[in-house]
Amino acid sequence: MDRFLTSWIGSFQDFLLLAGRSFVNVFRPPHYYDDVVIQMDVIGFGSIPIVLLTGFFSGAIIALQMARALNTYGATSEVGSIVSLTLVRELGPVLTALLVAGRNASGIASELGSMKVTEQIDAMRALGTDPIQKLVTPRLTATAIMLPCLTAVADAIGLFGAYLVAVPLLHLLSAGYYWSSSWHALVLNDLAQGLIKPLLFGVIISLVGCFYGLRTSGGTQGVGLATTQAVVTASIWIFAVTFLIDKIFVNL
Amino acid sequence: MTTPPQQSAPPQTAPVVELHDVSLQFEDTWALRDVSLRLNPGETRIILGAAGSGKTTLLKAVIGLVAVDKGDIKLFGEDVTRRKEEDLYAIRSRAGFLFQEGGLFDSLLVGENVEYPLVNRQTTAEAAPSRDELEQHVKETLRFVELEQTYHQFPSALSGGMRRRVGIARAIVTEPPLVLYDSPTAGLDPITANIIMALIAKERDTRNTASLIVTHRYQDGELMANFRYDAKTEELVPVSEEEQNDPNRARTKFIVMKEGEIVFRGTRHELETNEDAYVKRFVRHEQ
Repeated sequence: MDRFLTSWIGSFQDFLLLAGRSFVNVFRPPHYYDDVVIQMDVIGFGSIPIVLLTGFFSGAIIALQMARALNTYGATSEVGSIVSLTLVRELGPVLTALLVAGRNASGIASELGSMKVTEQIDAMRALGTDPIQKLVTPRLTATAIMLPCLTAVADAIGLFGAYLVAVPLLHLLSAGYYWSSSWHALVLNDLAQGLIKPLLFGVIISLVGCFYGLRTSGGTQGVGLATTQAVVTASIWIFAVTFLIDKIFVNL
Repeated sequence: MTTPPQQSAPPQTAPVVELHDVSLQFEDTWALRDVSLRLNPGETRIILGAAGSGKTTLLKAVIGLVAVDKGDIKLFGEDVTRRKEEDLYAIRSRAGFLFQEGGLFDSLLVGENVEYPLVNRQTTAEAAPSRDELEQHVKETLRFVELEQTYHQFPSALSGGMRRRVGIARAIVTEPPLVLYDSPTAGLDPITANIIMALIAKERDTRNTASLIVTHRYQDGELMANFRYDAKTEELVPVSEEEQNDPNRARTKFIVMKEGEIVFRGTRHELETNEDAYVKRFVRHEQ
């Protein structure tokens, strides 16, 4: 138990150290802008198809379920506002983050892990390049910028999915009322929550991916392990941080 | 019969690498134990030893890739043991390092890999070379390892021996005064291994580079000690026996490591006549 705790605290300390150094590097030259753009493409544009698909279906599913529940109270016309609140506050950010964690925390961990076991990270250090500056900081910046954008896309397509279910399919309300009620349901607090969450999730996903990637050891088997650990840890952190932010924003 | 060209005595200048009582322990095992070493410009040390005897760790410690527990390491006269990682990048980039499998970046083309140290140096250099000059320089270096045609290929498309040669090109492109080679011939067939060693000798003798070579093949050390690259004839020519075996004149010497300790240091002749059972294992005796 003692050993487990010490190793856990040690790892967390290493993680904080990596996080600190990557943040400092954002403001310190040399800046690898090319790498940031490449990562934005890989993480952002690469994730659009899966985010569109998942966002659309989650919106549609919420609308279906809510239609049934709201019917009991005769409040089916409120489906727009409920869908928009659920999506923007909670499901949009969390689902997108979980998808990107599955796709990119694993991708980052396996890429950096392979580089580690084939001595490419050491080669980089030997050639006088800081691997954190060259590899971690661009991934951190790119994910932190792209995840809020992806979340906005997921929210929008989710609302569209819910619209298709609520208006043309179930004829619960008029199109005009659906869109105006879903827009008016949102207040600044919801939008702030909806954007701060993905920003933090982006930081978590990229740093966790990089952390496990960079501490990979033991050949290809180690790469597999690092990948799994990265996804699991990032997902757990996403839920824990959501809970924490909800707690803060509910009290605001 | 041609007489081999005479090699001048090692110049008495500041050492390129200096280790003083360096130790490093991983839990119960010693990776390095009281290791002292001094390498002057143009000199070669062949580091032999069993797997896990600390050879690679020694090489990595020299450029500060591995932090040691105790002792001093000076690289180009600068202390690398008590510096922060950020301060080490500039010192490290002055040395070349060939990793065991080449350590090439597989997301970059061969040309970009070789160019990397040059571009990297630009961030600190005042006058940056033009794109054409860079490409020219990279192609020349690739020509040196006879792989100019691979410029636009990815490292994954190359064979193990070719990757190792590109690794050499990347290590020497900045014309460093010191190159460290980690098992340059491991896992290669004898012909490719000889090509690689000939290239290393060529690099050493054309530019008077100091070299630390970790290997498990005695033949590699033998080749480095027995031959010298003659730029005029573009061939390897033998070094006289007397010069090789005179401790004051020999520029290629051997080190044998065991459990992190240096158990032997000396010339080829001293190595071949050593009676220690462990040391003898690394010498190829004629039948």
